[in-house]
Amino acid sequence: MIEVIDTEHCTACDICVSVCPTNVFDKTDGIPRIARQSDCQTCFLCELYCPEDALFVSPFADAPQTVDVAALKEATLLGSYRRAVGWVEESRHLRAADRSYRLFGH
Amino acid sequence: MTNSPGRAEKLSSSAGSVVYDADVLVLGGGPAGTWAAISAAEQGARVVLADKGFCGTSGATAAAGTGVWYVDPVPERREAAMASREKLGGYLQDRRWMARVLDRTYAQSNQLADWGYPYPDDDDGRPQRNSLQGPEYMRLMRKRTKQAGVTILDHSPALELLVDGNGVVAGAAGLRRQKGDRWVVNAKAVVIATGGCAFLSKTLGSNVLTGDGYLLAAEAGAEFTSMEFSNAYAISPAFGSVTKTLFYSWASFTDEQGSVIPGASSKGGRSVIARALRKGPVYAQLDQADAATQRHMRASQPNFFLPFDRTGIDPFTQRFPITLRLEGTVRGTGGLRIIDDSCATTVPGLYAAGDAATRELICGGFTGGGSHNAAWAMSSGYWAGHGAAEFARQLGTTIGRQAFRRGAVGLRSGNGRPLQGGALARSVQDEVFPYELNYFREAGRLGESLARLDALWLDASTADAPSEQELLRGREAAAMLATARWMYRSALARQESRGMHRRDDYPGQDDRYLHFVTTGGLDEVWTSARPLASAQYAEAAE
Repeated sequence: MIEVIDTEHCTACDICVSVCPTNVFDKTDGIPRIARQSDCQTCFLCELYCPEDALFVSPFADAPQTVDVAALKEATLLGSYRRAVGWVEESRHLRAADRSYRLFGH
Repeated sequence: MTNSPGRAEKLSSSAGSVVYDADVLVLGGGPAGTWAAISAAEQGARVVLADKGFCGTSGATAAAGTGVWYVDPVPERREAAMASREKLGGYLQDRRWMARVLDRTYAQSNQLADWGYPYPDDDDGRPQRNSLQGPEYMRLMRKRTKQAGVTILDHSPALELLVDGNGVVAGAAGLRRQKGDRWVVNAKAVVIATGGCAFLSKTLGSNVLTGDGYLLAAEAGAEFTSMEFSNAYAISPAFGSVTKTLFYSWASFTDEQGSVIPGASSKGGRSVIARALRKGPVYAQLDQADAATQRHMRASQPNFFLPFDRTGIDPFTQRFPITLRLEGTVRGTGGLRIIDDSCATTVPGLYAAGDAATRELICGGFTGGGSHNAAWAMSSGYWAGHGAAEFARQLGTTIGRQAFRRGAVGLRSGNGRPLQGGALARSVQDEVFPYELNYFREAGRLGESLARLDALWLDASTADAPSEQELLRGREAAAMLATARWMYRSALARQESRGMHRRDDYPGQDDRYLHFVTTGGLDEVWTSARPLASAQYAEAAE
């Protein structure tokens, strides 16, 4: 479930509020609020769309977790999904890295 | 040349609601919905697309990666692709539909390439088009939908259909949940592309898929088919949401003590896993993947590794607990019954596409993976959009037409007690999640479950509409409940095992049931047998 909006990096662009398919976030006067965490379906798409790498979705789908933001940064986990799918400039080549055709038919 | 499409017209935005006038309204903004919207717009229709969440991230595809049933147009390869599926699907498929879906999927995939989808090349430089990355695909589809002139309403779940005095669909009404008001779209045709129903099981990307489109279509009189093929369960880490069953074909499965579970397998042995999970935890380890396979997996499906990388598990060298999450009709083959090549339903002006529609025509009683469902979404979306635009054109002017709201459960005043969506959804889950009820079916258990579900329906259908904030949750729960009742009535009617439908009391396939099961109804759920298309042709030839 969504656990972190990093106040240091969030620019209050509200993209996460728009793109979350289950409407977990609310707009505020400042940075968005995780208003309905239990509605999070752990799809990681808010993270993928966050241009500032300010969001972190914990992989635990059924229960909230305590997350140490400093440790996430230390482990470079913020933005790791975006980098892996090539949605940042330095890894754009990964957008065409799909090798599923080597895996089908196993 | 197609006409340059005009935009749907915003008629008013008085306090509390916004009204649009369109030719075609598409409900749902996943693959099927976006293909339908683009296809209708290409025919010159003014199109509105309303998505419950965000068109581009909503649905089972956007969050995942999916295979696509893309086969080069070489007769032997097409023949093999069709033949390979017939036994799995229980011989219910229709060759004519399989062939036309293969043709259409080939065309739509090549269209995606022309639009700039970054398909990979293999080592010999040949493009590979049998897989799509969900986020990339759906980001592109949103862009193309907007470029086609379609008006997209995000976070705008539909609540009910509008129908005119002759029973012809006339639009829909719903909520704008981030604006706290309502929308109405007056339209000459409606495409239901709201996906299947996964019962809020948190299988990847599927919690928006609660059967909402089924419910509002049923209220307008639509029929369903193959709803007994609705018990697909996908493997995921026990704690996580990422289901990618393909990768578990490289797994070994062990019990608490670390002993290999005999017969457990992602393919052909998933029922063994279900039985083992009833006794205790089951662990997987992808220890049969060599170094090259591991690399391909990482490159192909980065999201698969998020639960592992973020918990410090190496899935290739360490055991991790798994579970089976219900995918319901999302990876089943049941859905709205379509009656012709344009994906029209039994209700005039109402079309169905993607997982909201039955996939029995190409899959019979089993899908197994995204491949056929993805091909079906592209193809049926294209046809339904085209068909809806044509219907709208033939209908002509509708000025002065009266439209009636067809929604009932959770939307009207009743016995004074408001519908409790959250509690109802949990009660439905208690009937459809357990393996002993849904995975392994048996007349007695199905009957008892149906009695409880029918009682829930009686209660829900006489309840008051909940508050505005709880309206959507109430309708979602009611849709799940209706879906469960069609599923289990159909499962009772099929007294055999075929495709994914397995009956403990009828373990074999029985050719007396080589037909489709049609179902429908809300207060009274009915079923009937319907012959296969091939049987109808044979009769006509006699």
